Amino acid sequence: MTTTASAFDVSPELKRDLQRVFTPALGAGILLSIASIVGAIYSPGDFFHSYLMGYLFWLGLTLGCMGILMLQYLTAGAWGIMTRRTLESASRTLPLCALLFIPVAIGMPWLYDWAHPDLVKNIYVLRHRAVYMNPSMYIGRAVLYFVVWGIVMYFLNKWSLEQDEKGGMEKRLAKLSAPGLLIYVFTISYATIDWAESLENNWFSTIWGFLFVAREGLAAFAFVIIVMALLSRREPLASRFKPAHLHDLGKLLLVFVMLWAYFEFSQLVVIWSGNLTDEIPWYLHRFATSWGWLGVMLIVLEFIVPFLMLLSRPLKRNATALCCVVGLIIFMRWVDLMWIVMPQYYQRGFRLTWMNIVVPASIGCLWIAVFVWQLQKRPLLPLLAPNLEKALEHGE
Amino acid sequence: MNEAGVYGMVAEFGDATTLVEAATAIKQQGYRQMEAYTPYPIKDLHEIIPGSNFVPPIVLVGGLIGAATAWGMEYYIAAIDYPINVGGRPLYSWPMFIPILFELTVLFAGVFAFFGTLALCGFPRPHFPLFNLPEFSGATSNRFFLCIERGDLLYDSESTASFLQSLNPIGVWEVEDI
Repeated sequence: MTTTASAFDVSPELKRDLQRVFTPALGAGILLSIASIVGAIYSPGDFFHSYLMGYLFWLGLTLGCMGILMLQYLTAGAWGIMTRRTLESASRTLPLCALLFIPVAIGMPWLYDWAHPDLVKNIYVLRHRAVYMNPSMYIGRAVLYFVVWGIVMYFLNKWSLEQDEKGGMEKRLAKLSAPGLLIYVFTISYATIDWAESLENNWFSTIWGFLFVAREGLAAFAFVIIVMALLSRREPLASRFKPAHLHDLGKLLLVFVMLWAYFEFSQLVVIWSGNLTDEIPWYLHRFATSWGWLGVMLIVLEFIVPFLMLLSRPLKRNATALCCVVGLIIFMRWVDLMWIVMPQYYQRGFRLTWMNIVVPASIGCLWIAVFVWQLQKRPLLPLLAPNLEKALEHGE
Repeated sequence: MNEAGVYGMVAEFGDATTLVEAATAIKQQGYRQMEAYTPYPIKDLHEIIPGSNFVPPIVLVGGLIGAATAWGMEYYIAAIDYPINVGGRPLYSWPMFIPILFELTVLFAGVFAFFGTLALCGFPRPHFPLFNLPEFSGATSNRFFLCIERGDLLYDSESTASFLQSLNPIGVWEVEDI
């Protein structure tokens, strides 16, 4: 097996394929964005609700990939070396996500009760929280999160590039990843409390941050599997990414599915057994109306079905079959975010508008365009990673 | 040929690679009842000599029994034997059953996996015919053995022995079934 610099570069055929994704994604992103802006003028409420949902989905992929990137530096293993470049490319969509936060900040009055001074005056709990939960603090904290994530992302990518050139950076990357993961979990907790948990005035959940880490980890890992399956159709990965590698990713996906279900159930069972008036409204809005069907869908299609299917060894070694399960999980992540965000605004029951689909898709197309663009910038395997040979042998 | 009282024909090989090559050749020759004895698991061997693997179904059955036990026990205790009104919740409060249900599923599955594996391996079994071969004690430290069992349709003391001799073994022995 050669480890010369050119061997792992994106091959011309792959470059052509990626270009075929990039141009339509960018085009569709721009068109859908225009459609979304038209929608925003016509019905700003719908637009911002859908935007928050879509934003949390795509930002979740970026941050989830960054978290897994740090995780693999700490755990080592062939899977981490094979997926590292995909994870890095996804983490480099962070500047786009920071830019896309602006509409969320503009949409605050449509999104959050605490952004309305008259409501804050009348609702005790909002008045009590107003010192922390007010528009300027909200924006200030968001800037802080993005600066922190940006610093971590910058060094993860910079040192990995230096590793390709002269090697010997693995230890330093691991030393960044350990505190990086810790910071990641804390900032995600604060950020998702700001952005999603504060939708409901009378509610709090202590596992919320961890739950979002699991949600984002699951979505990101599913995304990575799809990307790896597609990349492995062409060189340089066609001859190197083997069923054994895919099998490992499938096993880890099963772990993420179980972790997510475990956290989700923990939150439910604690609140259900407590049955206190200031804890249950969130679930009442999401289970007592027709939104409840989405909740049932989550249990069946994001946990039971993928769990049972991922037990199978042949399925995890077959790219097409695994991608079907992964596709289901990614779709259910979208359903989950819909279930988290939308019942807050439509408390009478299920409602789906064209913007619920178009607005997240517009963010997604732009995100994918940036991701594909970034993916072409580096060799698809980390050249001088200490365990590269071992990771490649793992597939033999 | 007097084959009564024979367990099989054993060949010892110098390393894992020769053993895998020999096993492939033996399989191509048409032998089916073959077993390998090696000090550590050899990756490719699993595909040449696939063992019948009943562990997953046994674990599944164990898990289901565990789940049913937990559910039945909790329902019996909470709703029939000692019903208590806890904060107005229904007696059959199934969300609260799930943690115990999970624990017992895992416990039973684990116990079934452990004892199922032992049973499938034929344990407890104080004696095994290959122990008649003094060299065989090295199979747990540094020696590699293949055994063609007498039950195989192609088994024949002379031709099987000469075939095994052609595969570069360290030695070939016919082992008695005592």
